[in-house]
Amino acid sequence: MTLDPSVRDAMLGAVPSLRAFAISLSGNVDRADDLVQETLLRAWANIASFEPGTNMSAWLFTILRNLFRSEYRKRRREVPDNDGIYAETMKTQPEQTSHVEFEEFRTALAKLSTDQREALILVGASGFSYEEAAEICGCAVGTIKSRVNRARTRLAELLAIESVDDFGPDHEMRAVLGGGR
Amino acid sequence: MAGEETMKEPKTPRREEDVMYGRSQSAKSRPALNREIQAKIGQQLRAVYDGVVQQGVPDRFVDLLQRFDQAEVGQNSQEAAPAPVDDEIKRDSPT
Repeated sequence: MTLDPSVRDAMLGAVPSLRAFAISLSGNVDRADDLVQETLLRAWANIASFEPGTNMSAWLFTILRNLFRSEYRKRRREVPDNDGIYAETMKTQPEQTSHVEFEEFRTALAKLSTDQREALILVGASGFSYEEAAEICGCAVGTIKSRVNRARTRLAELLAIESVDDFGPDHEMRAVLGGGR
Repeated sequence: MAGEETMKEPKTPRREEDVMYGRSQSAKSRPALNREIQAKIGQQLRAVYDGVVQQGVPDRFVDLLQRFDQAEVGQNSQEAAPAPVDDEIKRDSPT
């Protein structure tokens, strides 16, 4: 038996969203693309367990999410230097407010716990219902709702606090100093 | 603050960036401000996400799925075989 073309097309169609989810989770494009590739390989190897007519996208998101979580546990001691990356970006693009705003948001997003970040992305960006997100994350619907709420509150706090520092009069100096570390 | 609430404030719209970054007032003290911040957060979250979605499907994934067509499904040939499925993936995959 060969892969059903409609199944293959559904997998292909899910790739852009899978990448967006993976990048939001890992904060790294190369790692994200490796995650997506591994997800597709596992999906293909386990395609017999996929029920035609059910949500292919949710199934693939579940696989990717679990791959990321198991990888995350292995790599937990490698703490990414978000501050360094951020400072470098600030140094190269100090005058573009929209870009700074964008980077500021991504930095704040990266500071959320993995639980909160994945819940917020699934519901707030990927367009899954709370119920679907709960299934993808293997937890209760109420847990997802609470994580999304806490994620939003935390982001609001982070953005409000950081802007006072980052948009102060010495923000460019701060960025240069930060980038020189 | 009770004192602040009793003051009559002019209904002039605040600048969007002031609202977003909570300048002059904390996010917690103002439900309306909080809503605006939340709307901005939702908008930025989708902008970050959609920016990636709009990149479409990179060639490496098109090539990968073409290889699926040429191989037997579930045969796990050495060329395209995934690493052994770990327990967590097995457990969470629908059966």
